[in-house]
Amino acid sequence: MSTPLPLVELRSAGKSFSGRAVLENISLILERGAITTLIGPNGAGKSTLVRVILGLLKTDKGDCINRAKSIGYMPQRLHIDQTLPLSLLRFMTLAHRNRQHCLDTLTRVGLEGLAEQPLHQLSGGQLQRAMLARAIVHQPELLVLDEPVQGLDISGQAALYRLIDELVAELSCGVLMVSHDLHVVMSASHQVICLNGHICCQGMPEQIRNDPSYLGIFGAATAIYTHHHDHVHDSDEGGAHQHSSDCNHD
Amino acid sequence: MFELLATAIAGGLAVALVAGPLGCFVVWRRMAYFGDTLAHSALLGVALSVFFSLNLSLATAAVPLTIALLLVWLEQRGGLPLDTLLGILSHSALAAGLVLVAMLDGVRIDLMALLFGDLLAITGRELMVIVAVAAIILALLVWLWRPLINITLNAELAAVEGTQVTAVRTALMVATALLIAIAMKIVGVMLITALLVIPAAAARRISRTPEQMAVFASAIASISVLGGTALAWQADTPVGPSVVVVASGLFILATALRRQ
Repeated sequence: MSTPLPLVELRSAGKSFSGRAVLENISLILERGAITTLIGPNGAGKSTLVRVILGLLKTDKGDCINRAKSIGYMPQRLHIDQTLPLSLLRFMTLAHRNRQHCLDTLTRVGLEGLAEQPLHQLSGGQLQRAMLARAIVHQPELLVLDEPVQGLDISGQAALYRLIDELVAELSCGVLMVSHDLHVVMSASHQVICLNGHICCQGMPEQIRNDPSYLGIFGAATAIYTHHHDHVHDSDEGGAHQHSSDCNHD
Repeated sequence: MFELLATAIAGGLAVALVAGPLGCFVVWRRMAYFGDTLAHSALLGVALSVFFSLNLSLATAAVPLTIALLLVWLEQRGGLPLDTLLGILSHSALAAGLVLVAMLDGVRIDLMALLFGDLLAITGRELMVIVAVAAIILALLVWLWRPLINITLNAELAAVEGTQVTAVRTALMVATALLIAIAMKIVGVMLITALLVIPAAAARRISRTPEQMAVFASAIASISVLGGTALAWQADTPVGPSVVVVASGLFILATALRRQ
């Protein structure tokens, strides 16, 4: 049986910004029909790696081959300028001309009935789902989601992961997801890549869980984490704690 | 007499028609300062054309065009923030233009007309150039409308979806530079940005879609040109400022309408 070439292939890829290496020696493969989750601490180069795979940045070492004919991209956030009058439906039809298909896609992400709503009046969670709707409206071969669940409540997160699973089964698209949510990483992914400038470890979730370099970065107590913290907890402390300013959750 | 007025109004309306949609992009993309820079550099173009006996409309278009392309390049290169670059270029071009005009002793050059426009002085041949250029800009905007909105929304998203972001952005800059060359006749280099920004801002108050906003902006700009020309004709005021005064009045009116 001949296996088709992988959807995305990186071979010893590297990227530096003004002499500082952000990514070093990255080799990875994204397959069709598989969900790959990218995790790593702040400043690990996750966004840079995503942008390399999307073709927005060129590597300065190694190769990045992206064979996807269409890519759906859900950016981390979308700034909607108030001066641009844009309804949710128009936001969708800008990417796909078929109005009915756009409406169906909105229903799919749970935004039915909001089609005529101005985009800048949507809540954070609604905007998040709107971006997902736009990312999947083309039924892409590769779906790239940069922290897709931030700002979503628990049921919204579950619905989003369910939808991604459905899409993978339906379109057999490849999914690359940047996540801080280690709990979900461990259950939903086919492959986990742990990044910190270089690839610390990669493999099936079960392998990663016990990998020393993963434990080194995230600690042994990952089970109690439902999101990434950029600070150390007392292991038995369940109460209030301080976040630094760039830790994006309530 | 009537023919003079008809020529003036036809030229003014041609500019107003494209100033509407282009002005929307100036507002959406926060390019007002950029528009000012290009407009100021057009004055330098006029001065250079007289100094070196070049074709006037060619030089007034070429200098803003060069600056626009230079800015596209500088913006991509990164380094200094864009508004700092614009601040340098804008005022350097204006100052250099004014110095050069002052050095042109004995050449009759109407500085007031350049700075504040002289719609009533446009000739039949100039009208033809204005209409032709306006048609080119309008065609460009209609053709690239969807990618233009998409790069305005989010350039990275547009790029991933397959839009040629740099090409579309360059086309917008070129369109703006061309409009400035023809709008200089109508409102002068100091007030071109006003003709772009004010009608678009007024239209925002009463629009629900980008297309609606573009059409309303064109309509408001056209009414401003008609009203401003009438005011200038009746009260013997300078045309450019009169047009902008009417546009500002319409902006206040649109704001009041929205409140109700």
